[in-house]
Amino acid sequence: MQVPASFDYQRAESVDEALELLRRYGEEARVVAGGHSLLPMMKLRLAAPEVLVDINDLHELDHIVLVGDELRVGALTRHRTLLESELVGRYFPIVHDAEKVIADPPVRNRGTIGGSLCQADPSEDLSAVCGALHAHAVIRGAGGERIVSMADFHQGPYETAVGVGEMLTEVRLPVLPGAGSAYEKVERKAGDWAVAAAGVALTLREGRIADAGVGLAAVGAGALNLHAVQTLLNGSEPSEALYEEAGRVASDSCSPVTDGRGSAEYKRHLAGELTRRALRRAVARAGRPIGSTAREA
Amino acid sequence: MTAVDEPPVAPAPDERPIGFGRMKRKEDPRFVRGKGRYVDDIHLPGMLHGAVLRSPFAHARIVSIDTSAAEAHPKVKAVITGETLAGLGLAWMPTLSMDTQAVLATDKVRFQGQEVAFVVAEDHYAARDAIELIDVEYEPLDPVVNARHALGPGAPVIRDDLEGRTDNHIFDWEAGDSAATDEVFARADVVVEQTMLYPRVHPAPLETCGAVASMDPVDGKLTLYSTTQAPHAHRTLYAMVAGIPEHKIRVVSPDIGGGFGNKVGIYPGYVCAVVGSIVTGRPVKWMEDRSENLMSTSFARDYHMTGEIAATRDGKILAVRVKVLADHGAFNSTAQPTKYPAGFFHIFTGSYDIEAAHCSVTGVYTNKAPGGVAYACSFRVTEAVYLIERMVDCLAAELDADPAELRMRNLLRPEQFPYENKTGWTYDSGDYPACLRKALDLAGYEELRKEQSEKRARGELMGIGLSFFTETVGAGPRKHMDILGLGMADGCELRVHPTGKAVVRLSVQTQGQGHETTFAQIVAEELGIPPEDIDVVHGDTDQTPFGLGTYGSRSTPVSGAAAAVVARKVRDKARIIAGAMLEVSPDDLEWTKGRWSVAGDPAITKTIQEIALAAHGSLELPDGVEGHLEATTVYNPPNLTYPFGAYVCVVDVDSGTGTVKVRRFIAVDDCGTRINPMIIEGQVHGGLADGVGMALMELISFDEDGNCLSGSFMDYLLPTALEVPAWELDHTVTPSPHHPIGAKGIGESATVGSPPAVVNAVLDAIGVRHADMPLTPSRVWQALHRGEVEAPQ
Repeated sequence: MQVPASFDYQRAESVDEALELLRRYGEEARVVAGGHSLLPMMKLRLAAPEVLVDINDLHELDHIVLVGDELRVGALTRHRTLLESELVGRYFPIVHDAEKVIADPPVRNRGTIGGSLCQADPSEDLSAVCGALHAHAVIRGAGGERIVSMADFHQGPYETAVGVGEMLTEVRLPVLPGAGSAYEKVERKAGDWAVAAAGVALTLREGRIADAGVGLAAVGAGALNLHAVQTLLNGSEPSEALYEEAGRVASDSCSPVTDGRGSAEYKRHLAGELTRRALRRAVARAGRPIGSTAREA
Repeated sequence: MTAVDEPPVAPAPDERPIGFGRMKRKEDPRFVRGKGRYVDDIHLPGMLHGAVLRSPFAHARIVSIDTSAAEAHPKVKAVITGETLAGLGLAWMPTLSMDTQAVLATDKVRFQGQEVAFVVAEDHYAARDAIELIDVEYEPLDPVVNARHALGPGAPVIRDDLEGRTDNHIFDWEAGDSAATDEVFARADVVVEQTMLYPRVHPAPLETCGAVASMDPVDGKLTLYSTTQAPHAHRTLYAMVAGIPEHKIRVVSPDIGGGFGNKVGIYPGYVCAVVGSIVTGRPVKWMEDRSENLMSTSFARDYHMTGEIAATRDGKILAVRVKVLADHGAFNSTAQPTKYPAGFFHIFTGSYDIEAAHCSVTGVYTNKAPGGVAYACSFRVTEAVYLIERMVDCLAAELDADPAELRMRNLLRPEQFPYENKTGWTYDSGDYPACLRKALDLAGYEELRKEQSEKRARGELMGIGLSFFTETVGAGPRKHMDILGLGMADGCELRVHPTGKAVVRLSVQTQGQGHETTFAQIVAEELGIPPEDIDVVHGDTDQTPFGLGTYGSRSTPVSGAAAAVVARKVRDKARIIAGAMLEVSPDDLEWTKGRWSVAGDPAITKTIQEIALAAHGSLELPDGVEGHLEATTVYNPPNLTYPFGAYVCVVDVDSGTGTVKVRRFIAVDDCGTRINPMIIEGQVHGGLADGVGMALMELISFDEDGNCLSGSFMDYLLPTALEVPAWELDHTVTPSPHHPIGAKGIGESATVGSPPAVVNAVLDAIGVRHADMPLTPSRVWQALHRGEVEAPQ
């Protein structure tokens, strides 16, 4: 049995208390929610925080609500809740695409969207999804709330905009008319991290693509918003030739490395192939009335 | 022998056969309730906990070890190093292949994860904390990672501990007739050569290895609870190594959570737990964690093979020639019968009628974990089957022949059995063409080929892969087979209690195979006592007769035979007692299951239960007949057994991503007499899943510094229900003529037979002659787009 080094444990009863604990313990404290990334790292002794601040009682962070033209998702929302949310499925089929291939049911029962985004694993799926959706992250600290775009939130492997004494509290997804989105992932087996993955979100306005968001996972830093692809797509009419070109640009825009999951060459190819596939499905979904995608297989 | 089908109608699940047949496993009520008792469930009064400090380097000289900080930890009771062990003469131990292996390193570390020090503390957390307080100074050395460089000029010498050693060569071994094979190759129309790697994989049992050692300081008796597939062999080895008298050692192997060969050898951790208990005077538990299991315990395969196959233009296979470079890691601790350093690899002629064959195998040391027995142990039959079944497909590609037709044309025919192959094996029985025909019919082979060509026309990739395997299992005849001088015969004891219930004691050790059910059924078949009335005792050297253990599919072929033989001895004695009871000559009695009756007058009869009571009662017995109803035996197999099967795999490959979907898998197995079909099917399901895993995703890989990159289940991938199809199973039955009940063993058939079927299917789909496992999406895509892919590292 792998066992972690000794640590202190604090169970916060409010967001303010959690923030106070995080401020008090500073760099040595880590937030634990689902714990499915942090605890294995502690057991492997790759991480040895002195204090864990448990936020599982902060039910105010476990919500999915539509407010105006935004879907607000609390940081403590479990993967399973996202997957079972009809509201999420109706507006953001990309989230359901991704959630179906994130880890396995036991992990999805406990793991949270906040934990996934804050862990900022370079192969993590929801960062690419939120990047494609042009989501915003709400970060709370002693001085109150600040709202940052996903591109600014995710600062590189295992690094985010959340500072010492701060917490991610909410993720806000913009609801756009005529939207369609999709996520495509290649994994070596069910539940594995992505070899590569691509998320695409867009709207169709009078037959042309707008609001395009393309985010890739596991192919190097800076791929949560592929501006070159987004620029290419915006204002264009959907066509196989366009998808082909978008895939080519996506391949050129990433910087994968060779590892046990695959060669850099292969991952670069996947970046293009999966972008094309996701684009095709996102456009098809955008062409349908809202809600129909929720009934897809 | 001809194949005989079992009755097509399966008995109702609640039917309780008195003998062979489908019945639920006797051991499962405790497992499904979570009441299994594994080594880690054992808690002895005053028990301490051990943890191992392991080497971060693949190859390095140990300059110094400072244990003072660890010793100062308030909960630490002892810190043991190689120096401590050297003082006891225990720093090195013999391996199962007559090599030596460091228990705790003294001079150098030779693989990443090698055992360097052992801490004993009051709890597991403290022991784990304290190993981080040990300060070891290393002087890193160049490692040998790739076996192909192990014998090259300038390769660092790994085993400089062995006197006079100047290179990394372990052994050369050959089988078959080299000259005759060369002669056949010289006149063949077609010769196909293919280099392939059966990569390093790991058995990865869900229960890792561990032990609880308890040395009684008063009577000097050591009780060792440990994860072992071979409790008796282990006890003898501990006696030889540690100098503890054998009668003062009790090895207990409780419930074992999977073995697959991983628990055949003796690991340094077990020895450290024993020494820890001796040093502290208290019981010591050591359980390795997942990373330790994957990085340091017995791996499997790592065979670099170059095969050549010779044939006529019209597809008659003439000869096979193989050269193997075997990577044995830092210590040669592979488990093989002594005479066979490459195990039973020379079964590589497979299921085919060929004129000549030859193989040569060279074993080398590398800076990787030692072992090489598993999964499944199979004594290298797995590698042999992969080699020949890939070579036949390569030949089919060369000849533009259908792989099924090519196999059918070359399979041994029923009348050729018993068949002497060209490398020294005597195949016992089989009807190979009937088995292959059955598999092809079940698969709908012709329709599948039609579907494939239609899909190809649309640009879709679908593949159909076959394998036809022959195993050699059930080691083995004493005069040919031993491990460290211990002959591979198995004892068995059977006692029928006065009330007609029975206990059978066996040397083999179940790790999930269902021994408590299967062996009860064997005795039930012979004596007519219901299986639920027969207790199967195993896994405790104080309670059971000597035998070599469970691996290489040997339990049913060897101990299964012993159980049948001992039951027949009891039956013969029961006949004499029944004669005395009925006051007739035993010769006038005839046996029907469960009773002896007067021939021609079946109403005059005694049941085995009545006989048992009389055997323990006051009945006057004939001269020379002792009371009670019991017997012992030692079964020395006259030959090995040869299970076989035909497998068909159907895959779909996504040409854009290289991902493989195993759509169907048809397995027709022949393991001879079928004792419990449900258990057989379970064994086949597990083996097929493992075969899919090895073919598509499993790999113990290393970087160029010898760092193991597969130290967790995030990196070492095991297939799940989501990666495998619903298996389609069937069987033929060709009993082994020399086995008392005709059983051949099933434990490894599917693991052995399935990887080539999956690989052949993927390569058929992508139209590439060869690509090494694992066929991950990345590797398939590269093979598809470049026509080849480099061997995995």
